[in-house]
Amino acid sequence: MNPITRRRLITTGTAAVVGAAGLGAADHIARRYGLMPPDSGGIYGPGETLTYASQRLLTRHSLAREFSRSQISPRPLQNVIGKPTPEFLKLQADGFKDWKLTIDGMVAHPMSFSIADIRRFPTKSQITMISCEEGWSYIAEWIGTPLSNLLAEVGVHPDARSVVYRSMEKGWMDNVDMADALHPQTFVAYGMNNADIPVPSGGPLRLRVPRQLGYKSVKFINHITITDSLKNFALGPGETAPDFSYSWYAGI
Amino acid sequence: MADSLSVTAHDSVTPAATAPSRHSVLVRVTHWLTTLSFFALLLSGVELIISHPRFYWGEVGNIWVKPLFQIHIPASRAMVVTGYNYTLPDQNGWSRYLHFQSAWILVLSGLLYLVSGLVLRHFRNDLLPEKSSLSWRSFAEGVREHIQLRRPADLRSYNLIQRLSYLGVVFGLLPLAVWTGLAMSPSFVSAFPLTVNLLGGTQSARTIHFFDSLALTLFVLVHVFMVVRSGFKRSMKAMTIGTPVERP
Repeated sequence: MNPITRRRLITTGTAAVVGAAGLGAADHIARRYGLMPPDSGGIYGPGETLTYASQRLLTRHSLAREFSRSQISPRPLQNVIGKPTPEFLKLQADGFKDWKLTIDGMVAHPMSFSIADIRRFPTKSQITMISCEEGWSYIAEWIGTPLSNLLAEVGVHPDARSVVYRSMEKGWMDNVDMADALHPQTFVAYGMNNADIPVPSGGPLRLRVPRQLGYKSVKFINHITITDSLKNFALGPGETAPDFSYSWYAGI
Repeated sequence: MADSLSVTAHDSVTPAATAPSRHSVLVRVTHWLTTLSFFALLLSGVELIISHPRFYWGEVGNIWVKPLFQIHIPASRAMVVTGYNYTLPDQNGWSRYLHFQSAWILVLSGLLYLVSGLVLRHFRNDLLPEKSSLSWRSFAEGVREHIQLRRPADLRSYNLIQRLSYLGVVFGLLPLAVWTGLAMSPSFVSAFPLTVNLLGGTQSARTIHFFDSLALTLFVLVHVFMVVRSGFKRSMKAMTIGTPVERP
């Protein structure tokens, strides 16, 4: 077979060293510019990091596709939700007037907002698609205010890296990076198709993250925490459904 | 002096040993990386279909939308009416992780293969049909050879059918799988909306992705069958350690 020549040895050696240095440098750059997803460890870490880093670089400011009013799905699909707790039913009986969305963590002024408080922020609407990781989708109009308006009100610390949001539904929480948290289409939504959001669709408050799959748009949100580290959150990397071990980044 | 003499002697004894390998190192490495990722994509892809085995055309599709067709298998979600009275466990977590990690391996090894194929003229020398072979007669001969599962006459070079199907997979089916896959990504299409609009919508992209995967699976089945027919051991040797394939 082919004898191992000195030239071949040098070429292969150089390629290996350059390759290893390249990987090291890529890892360093990815960490420095916030291109590492929380689930970058483990056997699927390389794929997740490549997906998140490349999509983040390509889509930092891009807007999710918006549709015309005629494309709104006549019957939005309402995915399975847990049995409402007595606490939720009590709030619902009062028309959610006592519903509070608390924002705390790395902020200048921790605050709690009622739905009426949130409605006083500039109202925006978007006709966007919810795509579920299962494969189905529907188009609806969502009415609310960009999350960035609430974040400006509480004053987010410049070192903040993640926005963790929790649902009143047991076990549901998730988080997004600052690029998605401050994105103009990331809404704290209270309306859907010209009405209040129906409870099965996530009412009274749903975080709408239209550039990611449906599971990032968590229903019944009542608590948002701004943080620079996800280490201290009970559900590990702050996944929506850690029981299913879905990927943290759901842009694809 | 002694060196050059020994090389000459070596050459004259076993000419095959210094003849170029049937497949270049890059072709062999990328072939197996693609094989590995294809089967991982197929397995995880089948798993993902199980969560919603209905297919649609256009932008939206869900249980309230009339499907183009439904595959009659049990589903891993209770909301899908399947005719089976049980629901399979949700396996989408690892399936999605595996699907995208394998897709990256496929894309990266595919890029390596494409660039090296252009630079080293693999496409021009081995895959582009020769002018002389571009006739209906040789096309018909190749089809007959495949249908009768006959061993190709010349194992050192590809016949017309092989060349056309390899080119179709490399420049057609695989890039289409990547395109339709990305067209389902809400984030990717926010930056490149044309990639999904050209296909007619997210659900159209999903349906095309499905049929594309079927076509690729069919290709793999025929490919493996022909490899077995034409001498499994010899082909495997040529595609792994890279021995030259001699005249039959």
